[in-house]
Amino acid sequence: MGRTKTNALGLTKEDYKFRPSTLCPGCGHNSISNQIISVTFEESLDQTHIIKMSGIGCSSKSPAYFLGRSHAFNAVHGRMPSVTTGAVMANRTLRAISVSGDGDSGNIGLGQFKHVIRRNLPMVYIIENNGVYGLTKGQFSATADRGQKTKYAGYNELPAVDLCIEALAANATFVARSFSGDAKQVQAILKAALAHNGTAVVDIISPCVTFNDLDTSTKSYHWGKNHREILNEIGFIQSQEEIAVEYEPGTAQPVQMHDGSWIVLKKLGADHDPTDRVSAFRVLHEAQERQEIVTGIIYIDPSRPTLVETEHLPETPLVHLPETQIRPAPSVLEQALQGMFAF
Amino acid sequence: MTVVDLQRVPSSAPQTNGKVVNNFSFVVATANGTGSQTSNNTLIRTLFKMGIPVNGKNLFPSNIKGEPTWYYMRLSKDGYLAHRPVAEVLVAFNERTFAQDVAKLPPGGVLIYPIDDTDARAPKWNVQTIKRDDIYIYRMPVDTLMNQLPEKPNPSIREYLANMVYVGVMAYLFNIDMDGIRDALSYHFGGKEKLINLNFGLVQMSYDWAAENLKKEDPYVCEPMEGTFPEGTLLTDGNSAGGLGAVFGGVQFVSWYPITPSSSLAESAQEYLGKYRVNEDGSHTYSVIQAEDELAAIGMAIGAGWAGARAMTGTSGPGISLMAEFVGLAYYAEIPVVIWDVQRVGPSTGLPTRTSQGDLLFAYTLGHGDTHHIVLLPKDPTECFEFGWRAFDYAEQFQTPVFVLSDLDIGMNMHITERFQYPDQPMNRGKVLDAKALSEFIEKHGKWGRYWDVDGDGIPYRTLPGTDHPMAAYFTRGTGHDEFAAYSEDAEVFERNLTRIARKFQTVRKSLPAPVLHSMDGASIGIISYGSNDPAIEETRDYLAAQDIKSDYLRIKALPLHADVEAFIQRFDRVYVVENNFDGQMTQIIRMELPHLAARLKKVCRLNGLPLDADWITEQIVKAEKES
Repeated sequence: MGRTKTNALGLTKEDYKFRPSTLCPGCGHNSISNQIISVTFEESLDQTHIIKMSGIGCSSKSPAYFLGRSHAFNAVHGRMPSVTTGAVMANRTLRAISVSGDGDSGNIGLGQFKHVIRRNLPMVYIIENNGVYGLTKGQFSATADRGQKTKYAGYNELPAVDLCIEALAANATFVARSFSGDAKQVQAILKAALAHNGTAVVDIISPCVTFNDLDTSTKSYHWGKNHREILNEIGFIQSQEEIAVEYEPGTAQPVQMHDGSWIVLKKLGADHDPTDRVSAFRVLHEAQERQEIVTGIIYIDPSRPTLVETEHLPETPLVHLPETQIRPAPSVLEQALQGMFAF
Repeated sequence: MTVVDLQRVPSSAPQTNGKVVNNFSFVVATANGTGSQTSNNTLIRTLFKMGIPVNGKNLFPSNIKGEPTWYYMRLSKDGYLAHRPVAEVLVAFNERTFAQDVAKLPPGGVLIYPIDDTDARAPKWNVQTIKRDDIYIYRMPVDTLMNQLPEKPNPSIREYLANMVYVGVMAYLFNIDMDGIRDALSYHFGGKEKLINLNFGLVQMSYDWAAENLKKEDPYVCEPMEGTFPEGTLLTDGNSAGGLGAVFGGVQFVSWYPITPSSSLAESAQEYLGKYRVNEDGSHTYSVIQAEDELAAIGMAIGAGWAGARAMTGTSGPGISLMAEFVGLAYYAEIPVVIWDVQRVGPSTGLPTRTSQGDLLFAYTLGHGDTHHIVLLPKDPTECFEFGWRAFDYAEQFQTPVFVLSDLDIGMNMHITERFQYPDQPMNRGKVLDAKALSEFIEKHGKWGRYWDVDGDGIPYRTLPGTDHPMAAYFTRGTGHDEFAAYSEDAEVFERNLTRIARKFQTVRKSLPAPVLHSMDGASIGIISYGSNDPAIEETRDYLAAQDIKSDYLRIKALPLHADVEAFIQRFDRVYVVENNFDGQMTQIIRMELPHLAARLKKVCRLNGLPLDADWITEQIVKAEKES
C-alpha cells in the first residue's frame, strides 16, 4: 500500500480540493481549477491565508471547486477587483487568488480590471477566457473575435478586446497568457504569478464546450490546425528575492483537444524580452493580426510599488491592530478640538 | 430718501431705541470662485465669538467660477438657528443678480454695494436703474480702497481680496468686533502673519473709510451677548465632524469617489488620519483609497469589512444609486460596512449643490429583493461626530451595512454645535471567532456555521479570512445559502435564512438610539421630524405656542423605527411629520410600519433645495389645524 503523497504542511492533494464542479463536462475552467489545486499543493501554500475571489459567471463559480480551507468571496458581476482590494488592504498577509471571466473582466468589469492593475494590488488575477457568456446561454463577450459565429448569438461584428493589451496599457506588472489545456504551462505561469508581488494578470483561453465551439473562434477547439506554433517550456525558479523565468526558443506545436480539434498557441521564444513593455505590446498586436494566441509570460516588472507600499501599510495587518492603535486617546480629541473654531 | 417701517421688519422681538439688535439676517451676494468664502467665514466666526447665535447658509451653484452665490447669516438673539429665507441686509457684490437681489430686500432693509469711486452713486457695473425708496443704501468705493493698499496686491488675488472691503464696511455699520475679525482671519490663515496682515489691513482700511464717510442710518446692530453658549462650543461643519468621528471609531479603511456634497467628509477623514493615525516609522494604521467610481468604492469597503476592518465610504444620492447592488450583497451576505450619504437634491443630478432629505426611503430599503438597513439620522455636526464612531459598532455588532444620512446643510454649512464627546464605550467588534474561539465554539456546539444562529438573536458568528484554523473558511456569496454558507436553492432553507435575518432586525430595533422627546405642557398635537430640520422645528413650536397650539416633538434618530415612535403617535390625534423631501418619505415609512396609525399622520414636506424654515412649517401646521 503506497503512502499518499503529502506536502511540506503534511497535507495531501485531496486537502486542496473542495466541492465537485457543477460546470459542463469538459469545460476548460475545470482544468484550471485542477492546476490551482496542483500548484498550491506542490508549493505547500497555507490555505488559511489564501482568499478566493470571484465575480459572476461560469468562471466565477469555480472557487467552489478548489481550496476548501480558504475563505471565498463570490462578489457581484465585474466587481471582484474592488472587493479584493478592500480585503487585501485590510489584511496584507492574505494571498488573493481571483478568478474572473471575459464578460466579468472584459465587459461589465473592464473599469475595475484596469484600475486594480493600475494600483498594482498584490493578487493573482486569472481570467478564464472563452469569448462567450455561458450562464445566459451563449451571447458574445468583448473578447470574442470579429467575424466569429456561434450557434446562438449569430455573427460578431465588433473587434475583440484583448485583455493582455488592456492590462499592459494599464501598466500591469505581470501579464501572461495560456491555454487551459496546457496543464504544464498553466502550472508554471500560476507559480510565477503567485510569486509576483503585484497584480499578476493570467489570461487563460478556456474553451466553452457548449456555446463557443465553432471553427471560426480562436477560443474554440477547432481553430488551430493551420495556425499552430510550438510553445516553449517555462521553467520556474523561486529565489528569495526575485522571480526568474526561463524561456526556450519557441517552436510550433499543435495542441489537440479532447474532442480532436486544435487550437493555435504561439509560445514566446527566446527573442522575447518579458521586461520590455514595447516588445510585449508588439508581440500581442502581431498575434492579434494573425489571429494567433501567444502564450507564456508576456511582461513582468517586479519593481513597481504595490498598493500595500503606496498606502504605507504597516507590517502588521490592519485587522490585527489593537484598539489602542486605531482609536486615538482622549487627549488627541482635545488636540483636534483645539484646532477647531471654538467658543 | 428712506421710508422706514419698523413694523415690517420681521422680528418678533420688542425693539429698543429704534434699534434691531442681533435679530436680523445678512445676505452676501457674490459670484462663486471669487473667494468670498473667506470673508463670509470670517464674519460668521466673529459673530459667533461675540456670543451671538448665528447660522450660515451657503447657497452655491454647481459651478467653478462666475455663477451666483448667496451666503445667508441669520442672527437670532432668541437662539433660533434655522434658515430664514429673508435677509434685511444685502451686500450686493454680484453684477448679474444685483437687480433681483435688491428687489428682494424687505422695506426698511439695507443695501450695500460697490461703486467706482468715492463720489459715484451708480454701482460700478452697468446695471439697469433700480428704484427703491424704502431702503437704506451704503456705497463702497472698492477699487479706490484697493488702490490705497500700501503694497499693490498680486492681480491673481485682487478679486478675492476685494471681498475684505465689505467685511470692514460691515464691521463699522453693524458694530462687528474688529478684534474678533482679526482672530478669525488668524484662524483661517493658520497664523500666517503676512496673509493675516494683508487681509486685515484692508478690513481696517475699509472700516476707517466707512467711519469717516458713511452715516449710520439703519437700525440693525450686533451686540456681544453673554452666556449664550458654554465654553468649548464649536462652530464647524458636519463633514469635518463625521470624518473626525470615524477616526475615533477606529476606521481602518475608507474608499470614496468625489461627489458634492460628500467629498469633504472623506477628505476630512484623510486629513485627521494623516495627523493622528500614523506610526513613528511613517506607516499608516489605515488606508484611504479614492476609487474609480462609487461601484468600486462600496466594493472595496465591503471587501475590507469582510476581512475584518472597520470600513466606510462616503457619497451622495447618485453614488447611493450606483451602490445599490453591492449593498444588497452586503445585507444578504451580512458584511459590516458604514456608508455616509450626504444628501443633495434629486431625482437624477437634480440640484447637486442644494440640500434635501430625499434619500431616506431609498437608503432604508436599498437593494433589490427584500432589504432594509440601519439608518442613522444626525441632526448636527455633534451627532455626525458621534455617529461617525458609533456607526462602526452597529455595523460590526449586527454584521450589516449602516447608513449615516447627513445632508448638504449639516455637512457643508458651519453650525454652532456642542463640543464633541470622546466615545463612552469601548469598540464593539461583534461576534468574531478567532482560531481559539472557533475551537471552543465547535467543542460546545459540535460544529460552526457562518449563518447559524445559536444565540437566538438572529446574529451568527463570523470568522475572518486568515484565521489559522482548518474549519474557519466559508464561502461568502450573494446566492442562496444555508446556515453553513453552502449554496442552496432549497425553498425551505431560503425562507429560514430570511426569517433569521428578520429576527436580527428585531434585535437591531431595540438597540439603536431612541428618539428624543421634547414636551410642552398641554400639547395637543405631535410633531415628528429628524436630521437637520431640528432647529426649524424648535422655532416652529414656539411660534405655534404663541398661537395657542401646543406641541410635543419627537426627533427620530434611527431606522428601523424604535418602539417609542408608536407610543408617541398613539398619544395624539394628529401628528405632523416634517421633512425636507417632496413625497414625505418618513411619513411613508411610518405608515408602512405602523399601518394602524397611518390616519393620524399629516405630511408637512417640501423640496426646493433650501433648508426648511420655521415660518413655512408654522404656516402649514396652523392651516392644517384650522381645517381639522
